[in-house]
Amino acid sequence: MAAIYNLYIINKSGGLIFYKDYGSAGRMDTNDSLRVASLWHSMHAISQQLSPVLGCAGIDLLEADNFDLHCFQSLTGTKFFVVCEPGTLHMENLLKYMYELYTDYVLKNPFYEMEMPIRCELFEISLSQAIQKDRVALLGR
Amino acid sequence: MIGASKIKQYSNVLEKPLSKGKQEVSLSAFAFLFSELVQYNQTQVDNIAELERRYGVILLLQTMFLGPWAAGSEIVHNQLCRLEDAGYAVGARCLELLCHREKGNRRETRLLGILSFVHSTVWKVLFGKVADSLEKGTEHEDEYMISEKELLVNRFISIPKDMGTFNCGAFVAGIVRGVLDSAGFPAVVTAHFVPMEGQQRPRTTILIKFAEEVLRREARLG
Repeated sequence: MAAIYNLYIINKSGGLIFYKDYGSAGRMDTNDSLRVASLWHSMHAISQQLSPVLGCAGIDLLEADNFDLHCFQSLTGTKFFVVCEPGTLHMENLLKYMYELYTDYVLKNPFYEMEMPIRCELFEISLSQAIQKDRVALLGR
Repeated sequence: MIGASKIKQYSNVLEKPLSKGKQEVSLSAFAFLFSELVQYNQTQVDNIAELERRYGVILLLQTMFLGPWAAGSEIVHNQLCRLEDAGYAVGARCLELLCHREKGNRRETRLLGILSFVHSTVWKVLFGKVADSLEKGTEHEDEYMISEKELLVNRFISIPKDMGTFNCGAFVAGIVRGVLDSAGFPAVVTAHFVPMEGQQRPRTTILIKFAEEVLRREARLG
């Protein structure tokens, strides 16, 4: 199956709160990941203004030669996006599942401060399990 | 009145039978409320005032000059105390309610009786299932342990590394203490993480240490 390169979560002001990479292909150092996050936040916002269609909610999918970027924005403005190999299927479901994990293990954690980088063990464990386990099970959601 | 009302109207509100109450509550709602309770216990101002009240000016000055982390373990201890006290209030009320609803107003007088009451009835009503296990401590006569693979209150909580010993299960320990205390079995109850080999998440154990008088009374009753 096609591979995921990395995952980002950015808060409503564009700051990176979670970054995870898988494999050396997508690896980036901290500064680069921060830059990509704020870059994407700005592009997402600009696209809403540029859109010829009324009520555009922003960029959902960016297709390039070497990668695809799927983005999911929650109602609160938190954006979840994943960079993956071109043609990877069912990334939207993955992003929605990631959002569920975020609401469960991050927002219900009393030690988490809003808009701060995520340091919740349970969130990371469940996310790795979701990525590694059989994709078919995930797709059924 | 709209519709044919078959409900018996009680002239005196005290004659109305007690309702069964809602059997189910949203887990998410509870999780958010509990998270707020824990955060409320951590507010800075309370800590310094609490420290001042309990330990005097020296500790206050130490905290002021070196920062709150200098008094680190004291703060954790205080937060645990407050969380436990919140649970104590729940436990006391729980005992009254469950004795009436589940046991027909009979009260437990024996140690094993009250322990199995906590282990099954209280756990079933509060968490929807009986506790995983109830064990007697091997080292001391007065220690008993209720174990749970994962406490419901801890399900969504990840403790940060720098607060290693803090366990939000202190709330449940408080509930158990409230039940035991109100039933006439004073005890010191604490919650501990017990790491298990082969499992990522540690088990939680509620350790109950009964007071001297309870054991003496138990021995007398044979």
